[in-house]
Formats: sequence, structure tokens, C-alpha cells
Amino acid sequence: MLGRMANASFWMFRYLERAENTARLIEAALRMALTKDLATAEEEWRSVIATLGLTALYEADHDGYDGPRVWNFVLRDRANPASVRAMFGAVRNNARAARTCISSEVWEAVNESWMQLDRILARPVSQGALGDVVAIIRRAGAQVHGAVDGSMLRNEGFHFARAGTFIERGESTARILDMKYFLLLPSLSYVGSSLDSGQWDQVLRSVAGARAYSWLNAGNIDARGIVEFLVLDDRFPRSLAFCRGALRRTLDALAAMHGQEGACNALMAEAEARIGSLDVEDIFEEGLHEFLLGFIQRNAAIAEAIIDDYRFLA
Amino acid sequence: MTAGAQQESVNFDEMHDAEGNTREAYRDYCDWYEGQEQASLRRKDKEADDTFRRTGITFNVYGEDEAEERLIPFDIVPRIITAAEWRRLSRGIEQRVRALNSFLYDMYHRQEIVRAGRVPETLFRHNAAWLPNMVGFTPPGGIYTHIVGIDLVRTGPDEFFVLEDNARTPSGVSYMLENRETMMAMFPDLFSQVPVEAVSDYPRRLARSLAACAPEGHASGEGGKPTVAVLTPGIFNSAYFEHAFLADQMGAELVEGSDLRVVEGKVQMRTTRGYKPIDVLYRRVDDEYLDPLTFNPDSVLGVPGIVDVYRAGGITIANAPGTGICDDKAIYSFMPDIVEFYTGEKPLLPNVQTWRCADRDSLAYVLDNLDELVVKEVHGSGGYGMLIGPTATRKQVAEFRKKLEAAPENYIAQPTLSLSTCPIYTKKGLAPRHVDLRPYVLVSPNGIEITPGGLTRVALTKGSLVVNSSQGGGTKDTWVLKD
Repeated sequence: MLGRMANASFWMFRYLERAENTARLIEAALRMALTKDLATAEEEWRSVIATLGLTALYEADHDGYDGPRVWNFVLRDRANPASVRAMFGAVRNNARAARTCISSEVWEAVNESWMQLDRILARPVSQGALGDVVAIIRRAGAQVHGAVDGSMLRNEGFHFARAGTFIERGESTARILDMKYFLLLPSLSYVGSSLDSGQWDQVLRSVAGARAYSWLNAGNIDARGIVEFLVLDDRFPRSLAFCRGALRRTLDALAAMHGQEGACNALMAEAEARIGSLDVEDIFEEGLHEFLLGFIQRNAAIAEAIIDDYRFLA
Repeated sequence: MTAGAQQESVNFDEMHDAEGNTREAYRDYCDWYEGQEQASLRRKDKEADDTFRRTGITFNVYGEDEAEERLIPFDIVPRIITAAEWRRLSRGIEQRVRALNSFLYDMYHRQEIVRAGRVPETLFRHNAAWLPNMVGFTPPGGIYTHIVGIDLVRTGPDEFFVLEDNARTPSGVSYMLENRETMMAMFPDLFSQVPVEAVSDYPRRLARSLAACAPEGHASGEGGKPTVAVLTPGIFNSAYFEHAFLADQMGAELVEGSDLRVVEGKVQMRTTRGYKPIDVLYRRVDDEYLDPLTFNPDSVLGVPGIVDVYRAGGITIANAPGTGICDDKAIYSFMPDIVEFYTGEKPLLPNVQTWRCADRDSLAYVLDNLDELVVKEVHGSGGYGMLIGPTATRKQVAEFRKKLEAAPENYIAQPTLSLSTCPIYTKKGLAPRHVDLRPYVLVSPNGIEITPGGLTRVALTKGSLVVNSSQGGGTKDTWVLKD
């Protein structure tokens, strides 16, 4: 397939994943803000902007943090080139560019979601409408992935789409965890001390993992359990281990189709060997923050190698 | 559906005769229509728009602020042609397309038709679409225009005229296909009652036809087949939907200029496995943007060096560069002579009577009768830069008079034809509107293929004669009935 199409397919799914993760982050923050006092709520909204790496841009135009201003900035502000609205525009433009390597069902799922979102995000989003907006974004992701699963050839285009999805998802989970890593620190010095369960509930909600975590841990929230779950548990589809495994299988499939391995496969093998040999104690010993930064850097290096190996750019 | 709707119009109506009786072509359709509930038709009429939006059948319009995607309005009443009518039309279209290709060959070779004194040399010498680089070169198979759209208008039961030849890059074929898909999805019962010729194999025919035009011995693709690609200016082009649609339906690559490069004397595309050669390029990029080394040096849409590869026989470009001269309205005015010169036959499909304002006598006539004529720019298209005398204001006529006097060779004039009407569906029921017809023709060394049907464009404003989508026209599904 054309390198440009591979590029469009890869970014279409990265942006789709990013839009979905951003929506979850907003949803979880709103829930958190509703249950806390004003000062804590402000801190929550500040951390949403920080997690998304938008602090400088946001503060250029705003003198404080509150829910409606933050979510409108994140969802639809024209001054924010990384708004969900802009991201969805990028999803659709990439889908248009990759039109001949995605199925009609995938295209229509993207196009219909975009039409809905573009309409609803044309005006400021009230608290009452926020739930609808988030639901549309989540449903868009589900519809597109469902259409991919049920209608796309398992060819190169499919695997570039998956690569985009899991590169983005792994990075997103790592960033969300990293934003709250310091909350885990006191718990290490005081064995058995209870965490601020509201904070951790929010982190788990941001990655759609609250229910899954409860099932696995019978409701006990502790530092070890959370890191184990979000980093190492390869049964949870948003954990770092899951994303890395899925990415590895997709890169293996691409290498098999091309009859040769590239730089991305070598980096992948290295990264997997590393995460596979670690347990929770090792991670805390290295430092969770350092570990997560290392993950994000390797993830980015793999993404660059994919772009290079498969000639995405002229 | 009442006869009354027709009585006020004096032109030929496709559905009803002057007494209000349903014509043969529409008999089955009208039987079906009588059995429909108005409420259901109104609902379907609204649904059609949603279908087009959802599937993304839109064209981009660039305003001052930002891009906007618009729909071409679709009307749910089909335009219907009988099998006998279509056979006659097909023969005329085939003859004309054959003549167009012979004329193009001649224009870039010995110019016999000029030597024979049938057309003046000035006709192409001063025509920007005529490309000196093509002189003496013969494209693979000797074919210049591979994909042709002939615009027809009707004024009576047996009176069809050619209004324009689109030999350069006829667009709109995706609407022919999607209009049919939409009609079949909305009214499945209708198609079980009326036998209609299918149009859906157009993309397969196009793919076959293009592959058959590959340069001798060129078969770079899988299984020894030629590799075919569609060249688009990109996703912001107004017709991008159609480019992607055709590539997708053909199973061809959809390439942009930035994907292509001349490598080892071949035009190659950048794939995930490196550069791979292309044998046939169906380009939807204008001549002047095709090769910055040969034509417009500022173009970023084309491929540096592609014209050299082409001239060396390394790739087929469809349609061939330099084909655009046939879209010129001054050349159109000579088509009856051109058809006769190359086919040795009388034209089966007549031209609309045309005055060339370059001729002094014609100019005098045109200036005396401006308020009754349609005046068109020789190089214009899309319904722009024309004057429709009978509906123009005094001021518009006066302004056009000045333009004509300043540069008469830039204009031709035609009588204002009373184009046929076909009813459209409105809130108040059926209402007649003027229509034209663009059938699509494929040319390859294996012959000429005409898809039974085409694109019917309809002027949605009552009384309007301008059917162009850029000027508020709509489209209809076009049926050719089976025998």
C-alpha cells in the first residue's frame, strides 16, 4: 500500500484513540469535582489540562481553572489545536485520505460521528450536555472499532490502524498514571496506609478500568494493586502490558507480510523484554515516574521507527 | 400526477405529451407512482439528503472563512429513456467519440483537416489547451480521450442535440452510480416493477478499459496485470469524493503528486515497500499542473519528469495531455465538419446551431439579437461567463455587448433552446423542470463502451435553463429501460 495511506490510517486511529481518552479524562474529572470542595475541584481541572500537555496554551487565555472553562477549552476551543473537535476533524480528514484502504462501514461510522460531534460542539457545552458529548465520542470509538473488526481485510492497512491505536492508548494510560504518581509515594513509606480512594477511583475511571479493577481486587485500593493492574496486567485492554503485547503482534504481522523485520521490530523486542521481566517492586524501586517516562520515550521511538520503516513520508 | 401541471409549458416534457398523456417511457413508473402515499414520498425525499451526507457524497466549496461541504440536490423522480431511444443515442455518441479521437490524433500530427480547409489553423494555434509538446507523439493505442462525457439536450421526441463535448476530464460519474444506489435503497419495489439497465458495473468497465490502454508490454501489477492509479489533487479538491470513490470501486491506488516520482525512467509510487511502477495513470489533475518541468513550474500537484516518461512510452496518461482542446466551444462549432471528415458519415447527433463571433457576419447577427441568444465564452465551463439573453437584465446585456465587441473571438452564440422538462418532486407534487443528460463513454483498444444511463442534471428553479451544480442545479437517477 501507499506510504501516505499507511500514514493516514495510522494517524486516523491515533486521533480517534486520543479523542476517546480525552473524553474519558473529562468525564472522570467532572465526577471527581462534583464530590469535592471547590479548591480540590480546581486542582482536578488543573491536572486535566496538565495531563493533556495544554497548560501554557490554556493559561495564555484563562486566569483560573473551573469545569466549564476547562472542558470547553479541551472539547471545542478554536484557540486549542488539540481540541476534541479538531482531533475529530483530523480523524475524518485522515479517513478521507485513507478512504480506499478503509471499508465503507468504517468510513460511514467516522463520518456520522463527525457530523454529530461537529453539530453539538458548534456551541458551548453546558454541564447538562457534557454527558451526551462524552457518550457520542465513546460511541464513535466503539462504532469505528466494531466496523473495523467486522468489515476490514486483515491487510497492512488494518495493522497500521492497530499500531496507531495501541501506540496512542499505551501513551495515554502512562500519562494519566504519571500525573497522579506522587499520590502513591506516601503509601510506600506507610505500609497498609489507605490511599485517597477518590483520586484512584478517578484514575481508574479515566481508563475505563474502575469496574474491572474492583472485580480483580475485591474493592481494595492500594498502590501495588493499581500499578499491577494498569502496568502489568495483560488482561486489561488499556494496561501498558496489553498495549505493548497488541502492538508487538501487529508489528510481527507487518514484518511477516513484508518478509523482513525493521528497526521498529528490534525496538519492540527490547521494550517487551524489559516490561516482561519487571514486577511491581522493581518498578517502585526504579521510581514509578522514571519508569513511566521510560515507557513513553520507548513508545515514541517505536512510533518513529514505524513511520520510517514503512515509508510513511516522502 | 395531473395533466394540468404540464399545460402551461410549451417545451417537450419527458413524462407527458401535449394532451397530458403519459409517454411510453414513463408508463410503468407512473403506475407505480399513482400507488404511492404522498406522506411516504415526502419522507423518502428528505431521507435522500441524509443518505448522501452520511456516505459523504459531497463537494467542497471554499468561501472566505472556511471550507464548506455541500450536497448536490437529488431529485427522487428518475429521468427515463426507452431502449429504442438509447440505441439511437448510442450510435450517435459512438460516432462522435470516434471522431473526437481521430481529430485529436490529426491535430497533433499532419493536421489533414486544416490542409483540407475544413477548419482554420487559428482555431488551435491560439488555444491554450493545445500543447506543442504533444506534436508528433502518439499515445499508447492512439487514444487521446479515454473517458468522455457528451452533454445532450432534448427538444422533441426525436430531437437530441449535443450541447458540449467533455473530452478533458468529465466529472459526475460517481453521482450516476450513487443516485442509482440511493434509488434502489429507497424504492426497492420500484425496481422489481420496472426493468432498468444496470449502471453499477461502470467501475469494473473503467478498470478494464484503463488496463487495456497500458503501454505495450507494461504489466507491473500482481498477476502480470497493469498497475492502474487515480491521480487526485488531494482531499481538499472539490471532486475528491469522486476520485476516492472511483479508485476504491476499481481497486486502484489513489495517488497524489507527492506519492509519485520518476525512478529509473518509470513513474513510481511510494509504497510501504519502496517505489513501485505505475502503468496507467487516470489523472484528475489538469494538464498545466501535471509536470512542473514541462508546464506550470509552480505546480506541487504533479510529477516532475512524467511527461518525458510519457513521451518515451513508459506510462499511459488518461486522458492524454492536450485533449482539452475538444472542450473548446469554437472547436465545438466545427464538430459537424469534424465528424464528417473523419468518419465519412453525416453526424447522427446534430450540434446546436452556433454562431462564431470571430466571423464578422455572425458577430453582427449576434449583436443584433443579443436578447434572444445564449452567448458563451469559448473556453468557459461550469455555466460561468455566459449570457442568457431572454432572462438577462438590460444592464447585463449592455455589459456583455461591450465584452463581445472588445474580443469577439472569445465568444460563440446559440439560440435559446427550449430544453425538455422532466418533473421533479416538490412539496406540492410533481413540477416540470429543465434537464440535460451526460452519458459516460469509455474508449480503449478493445472498443467504445457507453454505460446505459448517465447523469441527468436538472435546473431546480422554475423556468431556469442552467443545470450546473455550481449554479444550483440538481441531479436525477437516469434510467434506460430494458427491451
